[in-house]
Amino acid sequence: MKTLILRTASDYLLPLLLVFSVFILLRGHYLPGGGFVGGLIAAIAFVLHAFANGLDNTKGLLRFHPGFLMPVGLGLAFLSGLAPVIGLDDPFMTGLWFPEPFPVIGNVGSALFFDIGVYLVVIGVTLTIIFTISESA
Amino acid sequence: MLTAILLGFLFAIFLVFAGKFFRGKLAVLSALIPGGLFAYFASFIPQISSGEIISKTYQWVPAFGVDLSFKLDGLSLLFSLMITGIGFLVFAYTASYLRGHKYLDRFYGYLSLFMAAMLGLVLSDNLISLFVFWELTSISSFFLIGFNNTNPASRKSALTALGITGFGGFFLLAGALLLGSITGTYSISEMLSMKETIAGSEYYILAVIFIFVAAFTKSAQFPFHFWLPGAMKAPTPVSTYLHSATMVKAGIYLLMRFTPVLGDSEFWNTTLIIVGGITMVYSAIHALFRTDLKGVLAYSTISALGILVFLIGLGTKSAFLASAVFIIVHALYKATLFLVTGIIDHQTGTRDVTTLSGLRKIMMPVAIAGILAAISSAGIPPSVGFLGKELTYEASTHAETFTIIIVIAIVLTKILLLWAGFVAGIKPFVGKLPEAHKDVKAPDFLMWAPAIILAVLGIVFGIFPMLIESALVKPVVSSLGADASEYHLALWHGFNTVLLLSAITIAVGVLLYFFLKPSAKLETRIGKFEFISPKSIMEKGTHYFSVFSAFWTNVFQNGYLRNYVTTIVLFLVVLVGYVMFGNPRVMIDHTQLSKVTAYELAVVIILIAGVFYTVFTKSRLAAVAAMGVVGLAICLIFVFYSAPDLAMTQFSIDTLTVILFVLVLYRLPKYLTLSDYKMRIRDGILSLALGTVICLLALQVLAEPTNTEVGDFYAKNAYILAHGKNVVNVILVDFRGTDTLMEIAVLSISAIGVFGLLKLRLKSTDRSQ
Repeated sequence: MKTLILRTASDYLLPLLLVFSVFILLRGHYLPGGGFVGGLIAAIAFVLHAFANGLDNTKGLLRFHPGFLMPVGLGLAFLSGLAPVIGLDDPFMTGLWFPEPFPVIGNVGSALFFDIGVYLVVIGVTLTIIFTISESA
Repeated sequence: MLTAILLGFLFAIFLVFAGKFFRGKLAVLSALIPGGLFAYFASFIPQISSGEIISKTYQWVPAFGVDLSFKLDGLSLLFSLMITGIGFLVFAYTASYLRGHKYLDRFYGYLSLFMAAMLGLVLSDNLISLFVFWELTSISSFFLIGFNNTNPASRKSALTALGITGFGGFFLLAGALLLGSITGTYSISEMLSMKETIAGSEYYILAVIFIFVAAFTKSAQFPFHFWLPGAMKAPTPVSTYLHSATMVKAGIYLLMRFTPVLGDSEFWNTTLIIVGGITMVYSAIHALFRTDLKGVLAYSTISALGILVFLIGLGTKSAFLASAVFIIVHALYKATLFLVTGIIDHQTGTRDVTTLSGLRKIMMPVAIAGILAAISSAGIPPSVGFLGKELTYEASTHAETFTIIIVIAIVLTKILLLWAGFVAGIKPFVGKLPEAHKDVKAPDFLMWAPAIILAVLGIVFGIFPMLIESALVKPVVSSLGADASEYHLALWHGFNTVLLLSAITIAVGVLLYFFLKPSAKLETRIGKFEFISPKSIMEKGTHYFSVFSAFWTNVFQNGYLRNYVTTIVLFLVVLVGYVMFGNPRVMIDHTQLSKVTAYELAVVIILIAGVFYTVFTKSRLAAVAAMGVVGLAICLIFVFYSAPDLAMTQFSIDTLTVILFVLVLYRLPKYLTLSDYKMRIRDGILSLALGTVICLLALQVLAEPTNTEVGDFYAKNAYILAHGKNVVNVILVDFRGTDTLMEIAVLSISAIGVFGLLKLRLKSTDRSQ
């Protein structure tokens, strides 16, 4: 499926879709969206790129194996839950929030970091599965 | 006290890193750990003998009432001293016995792990932590028994031992939970004050049975005894330490610990007397038919454990006194005999008692140790064994029922044990030295010294019983809930029935020793009955179980995805269908339904068309694409009914699923052989049935009165508590964040699974090319 049109389009679509996925991730707290959907969209962006340019190109673009995102994301999610235990002696997963909302992003708290963790894990899982299958099938 | 227990664990961890320094000459230094602990525990003797109880609590999981609480009373002290004292000698002995062994450091690691677990077990005052330490002893003993892991027989015995003791461990956990639910606490000291509550509970018998099974498996009582002779495959220091002095006594400890809590009921006493009685006679007879020294000792150990169970079952003050003394007696002489056997094995290379004799000419100190231990085991004065035997007889003659049978059983056991002790402790050293053993070398000091220390103690305690009387024996009896302050241990109690029984025992036993020599012929004769022994029955059972599970697995795990799906769907349809037909509650309230709009109708038509196309198309890719259409149509329905989050996720998932399908199908062979007519009809019916059941289920859910409390809570508090306006997302990342954390962990595991499966497969095909 290496058509010229798709290939050219995917060069622009990949960053756009990634920005979109981050947007979906961030808006999740107020409007439909969130880490899970955001992660899926980001994964789709990479898969689309892989379709257009071949798997090796996409892998070269990523530079590291997508599987590494899984431990990173899991660790981030776990640490965001652990933060209140270490910092304040509160129960695991107590929400912590910065008092003032940030510009553009809005309220920032441990839940956001948790969601970013979910986002990374979903990308890692989806890409690992799809890349592995397409390499070996 | 926590440090004392943890010391063994820490040392084991330390050996992982620094093991290579302890393989050589430094190995003997590791004996300092049990030695130091022995001194530490011995320093408590004055306090304990004056009736104090030392306890210490460290919180562990306070929410579940699980604490690391330790209690040092008479019973714990006796066991701690045995564990560390014999541990000290065994550690030193090992340094010589396994000198230059490649994995000597590993051996010490397992050994100190075991020692720490055992100490934790006897000091725990919390049932749950007791269970944890109990399991740790099983696990560490598994490594010790299977230490010669290149030998299949040794691996097999390790597995049997782990199987049996692990099986008992389950029962201990069950018993602990049951007792915990009856009393509302896991603390054993608190249970002591609730004896009536427990005895009056309807679960009393069940709790007792659970504790019994745990104790009987650990302490090798009939019919679970057979793992112990198998465990003799372990290196001799292990047999000495675990299988004579400590681990097998854990079951005895458990029974003694629970005597004041559960004891003194008819069920408790009768069961213990019967099981202990059968075990002591059965295995004492078995010992007659062994030619392997360790086999003789293994069966005589089981028999001694039987005596202890039996004494606890008698439940009188004198029986408790007898059991306390007999634990000391047995630990001293049995450990000595094992050490002696180990020395003989190490020096001559054989343990076959029929070929061993006259070794005193080579290893005099060992011979002295062996003979002294044999005297103590026979209960000949002035050894401490005599004291133990006298007390045992005294307790038996005062049994309330079936006194005659009980006395005959115990005297018979003691006669046979005397024979076993003589065979193991005297037979190898007397007589003529055979040609084959002329060149045997004398053992190291480190090897014979521990044996002789234990053997001499056995005599010293006999002559001066006051050494152990108030320090060890009486505190144990008071831990068991009896008062023995007016009783005095002494060798001489005057002429009475007990003395007569003792005389008979010694006379008959010595005669038996001279007339009945262990021989290979006898051993083969008993081998004929092997097929009805509990061991073969269990082995057959496990064999048939594995045959059955292989059959079961082959039927259901047949490797065809379609069969798996069929099984799952069929099961679901039958189960859910049965429940729903049992009480149909499907009601549709027509008045409540909203009007169907034109675009909804259009989407449903597209959906149905997609389904039909999927079923009837002959191209795989077309079928997948049509499935995608169905998925997207469902997404639209979600959007119509204001579930945008769901729609978004479903949309992305659908896209990815189609991509995955395409990736896989792309590589499949081109020509599609469709299933035949019958199969298609069968599958069609099955799918329709599943669809109907799920549909009815959904309708039934609607018919249920909805409880909106939870939903209201989330909707109300999403912004207040979690600063978010999207309730769905707030639930996912905040209210039920731990669930999400687990889910993403599962996702990662499945991805790793896919990766591993496919990558490993690639490698194996590479190899075949």
